[in-house]
Amino acid sequence: MNAFLSFISSFSTTLTFSITFGTVILYGALGEILTEKGGNLNLGVPGIMYIGAIASLAGSLAFQRATAGLAAGMGALYPILCVLACLAFAFAASMLAGLIFAFLTITLRTNQNVTGLTLTIFGTGIANYIGGSLGSVGTVRADVTSDAVKAYISPLVTSLDGLTDKFNLGSLLFRHGFMVYLAIVVAVLLWYFLSKTRTGLSLRAVGENTATADAAGLNINKYKYLSTCIGAGISGLGGCFYVMEYIDGLWETSATIGSLGWLAVALVIFATWKPMRCIWGAYLFGLLSWFYFLVPGLFKGSDKIFQMLPYLFTLLVLILVSLRRKPEDQPPASLGKAYFREDR
Amino acid sequence: MAENAIELRHITKRFGQKVVANNDVSLELHKGEILALLGENGSGKTTLMNMLGGIYFPDEGEIYVDGKLATIRSPKDSFHYGIGMIHQHFKLVDVFTAAENIVLGLEGDKGKLDKASIRRAVKEIAERYGFEIDPDQKIYDMSVSQKQTVEIVKVLYRGANVLILDEPTAVLTPQETDKLFAVMRNMKKDGKAIIIITHKLHEVLDVSDRVAVLRKGKYIGDVETKAATQQSLTDMMVGRAVSLNIDRPKADKLADRLVVKNLTVRDKEGVKKLDNVSFTAMGGEILGIAGVAGSGQKELLEAIAGLQPEEGGSVINYISPEGKEMSLIGMDPLDIIHAGILLSFVPEDRFGAGLVGSMPIVDNIKLRTYRDRKGILADRAKAQALADKIVLDLEVVTPDTTRIPIRRLSGGNVQKVLVGREIASSPTVLMTAYAVRGLDINTSYMIYNLLTEQKMKGAAVIYVGEDLDVLLELCDRILVLCGGQVSGIVDAAATTKEEIGLLMTQFRREEENA
Repeated sequence: MNAFLSFISSFSTTLTFSITFGTVILYGALGEILTEKGGNLNLGVPGIMYIGAIASLAGSLAFQRATAGLAAGMGALYPILCVLACLAFAFAASMLAGLIFAFLTITLRTNQNVTGLTLTIFGTGIANYIGGSLGSVGTVRADVTSDAVKAYISPLVTSLDGLTDKFNLGSLLFRHGFMVYLAIVVAVLLWYFLSKTRTGLSLRAVGENTATADAAGLNINKYKYLSTCIGAGISGLGGCFYVMEYIDGLWETSATIGSLGWLAVALVIFATWKPMRCIWGAYLFGLLSWFYFLVPGLFKGSDKIFQMLPYLFTLLVLILVSLRRKPEDQPPASLGKAYFREDR
Repeated sequence: MAENAIELRHITKRFGQKVVANNDVSLELHKGEILALLGENGSGKTTLMNMLGGIYFPDEGEIYVDGKLATIRSPKDSFHYGIGMIHQHFKLVDVFTAAENIVLGLEGDKGKLDKASIRRAVKEIAERYGFEIDPDQKIYDMSVSQKQTVEIVKVLYRGANVLILDEPTAVLTPQETDKLFAVMRNMKKDGKAIIIITHKLHEVLDVSDRVAVLRKGKYIGDVETKAATQQSLTDMMVGRAVSLNIDRPKADKLADRLVVKNLTVRDKEGVKKLDNVSFTAMGGEILGIAGVAGSGQKELLEAIAGLQPEEGGSVINYISPEGKEMSLIGMDPLDIIHAGILLSFVPEDRFGAGLVGSMPIVDNIKLRTYRDRKGILADRAKAQALADKIVLDLEVVTPDTTRIPIRRLSGGNVQKVLVGREIASSPTVLMTAYAVRGLDINTSYMIYNLLTEQKMKGAAVIYVGEDLDVLLELCDRILVLCGGQVSGIVDAAATTKEEIGLLMTQFRREEENA
């Protein structure tokens, strides 16, 4: 019986971590869906998440230092201001990275795969460079911002934990910062935008059949630029969330952001470009990333076998989707193709 | 006199320095009439219509819509003037429903997609003109004719008063064509003006009120449909024959080389592209293939070259100069090479199927020769020697053969390399599709001479062409395709352009009578 209880408890810890990682992946994937629906395949997601992460951290540190005098006067409002600034830094810097990608692939018509991979290398490099120069790793902490990002409503958690006793449902569902719930809201909004609004329809037309959208009088470049830049901004929030919630407002030098970024790209395929499917897919990917926690007798190294699981699942989905050949599950038809009007 | 919906005055459109697609064309379209626009391939019909559709902008001349001067610079402008164009290639998003395609890109492109009101509006249009359309059906689930219906409803939804249909019946069955014509008559009654481009003369006589004819970019004139016959329209369309004086020597001996029987080919959608085609190509003659664009020329050559799957019952037999007979059915190009058949193919799509645009001349030559040597290394020296020979013999103008991507050469020089490569292997069958398209007159003659040279060497040459004058002068026999069927095989020396023109448009409507 005790073994069972300890399994339950480690299972519920694992689920909590899964939600954290799932949220990072979810932001990355939602941004990439928006980008890909406009026909641009941005493989720079890991780099953009790195840029979002370092921009939120460096930006928050600078912001906290510059506004430290205000803290006392503003009371409870000050952390909120810090969080808003942090989100703005992350979003803006990621958008800028998206803008680089957009300019290169849309205006200069470079190869999207090459440009995206280059952006990943660039983003990873610059983030670690800045992160390393912030001071010795693990000492400089964006405390106010990080604490505010991680804040949760503790009575809600403890009362629900009391009700479900051993399983700690309250901790599982509510012991997260607001960005976990924001990601779900973004997913729902993205679904509504893509499937219910006229602008969403137009964007999908651009990604599906650019020449047709062009002939229908849509401004192709506007749609592509905006979807790529805003998509990058959303992806970047994943990096911001990782640094502020999971790493506690510090910089760390493991390559976790990068691998979560690639999982985000895989999740887009796994979810067959559907934001709602992304939500549970992201938590599933998170769970699969932590699955080795539940397997007894693992040592460092052999856990890597289990970390392959999300990719295996993605492969499985690719196989299933190609067997079913349902047009709705296919990538946008013009994905990855540069558009020349004169080509028609 | 009816009011003019559209008036074109002195329209001229040039492409580059040499090609004049439309030369001083003036044309009127009355309200509530169906005007058929008739002309051979390359006579400038589609170019002229594209200027109304906002795809091209005229170099000279004016367009008047409802009597007022109009400037049409984009498809959006064209909608704005109430002109709706239905292209041969549909502009639809496959994973969208009919309704979503219909409203795509409309003004007021904001806010929620009100599916119910769109559905209602589409239903209303469908009822008024007699369309059958399901607003919620996805495009990928639709037949070609249903997709065309969506295109037409799309322009009507946008409030078009003038509809331009570019060869709408090319992809339809006779029954679907009759339905389309019924809808067109309903639109006419409603006061809409319609221009239809078609090559099928019986359809012109069936549906139109007036016929306007273009020839080589010039406006020839118009005639009331009531006063026209198939013969009179053909005469207007082809004009007087111009003598070109291409040498046509007779080969010493002819030998059956390629025997095709009951060849049937379907495209991916299951539409018959070739229907029971039978003929024999002989070594020592040039067999011309005539027909309006898309009558099955491409599929015919590709079926022989091993690029198209044939239906059961089709026969393609090759008879070698030594008299050995073998079947080409089911062979791919590599099988044909391995079987020792020297078959050369100059495809219509030079860069898609003939050459690799980003590689230099010598590498493109190598595509044909790299297998000649055993081992893992390609024989560069041999390809280089052949490249140099082609450049010298055919007067290819190029800075070099080893570095410049072939795409950078002019069209004529590209074609010389392609033809030069294909004839270098001394083929016993040489097939060419539109070998002189886009080439100037000198290069064209050089190509004609090369083909004749191959014929005199005993090759069976198959020449798919669009210029009837050239077909008549160059070829020994001419096979005419119409709607994927052979509508006649004639002796080029004994026939006339008019006869071929009639054969090209005599669509056999067997399905309908059956």
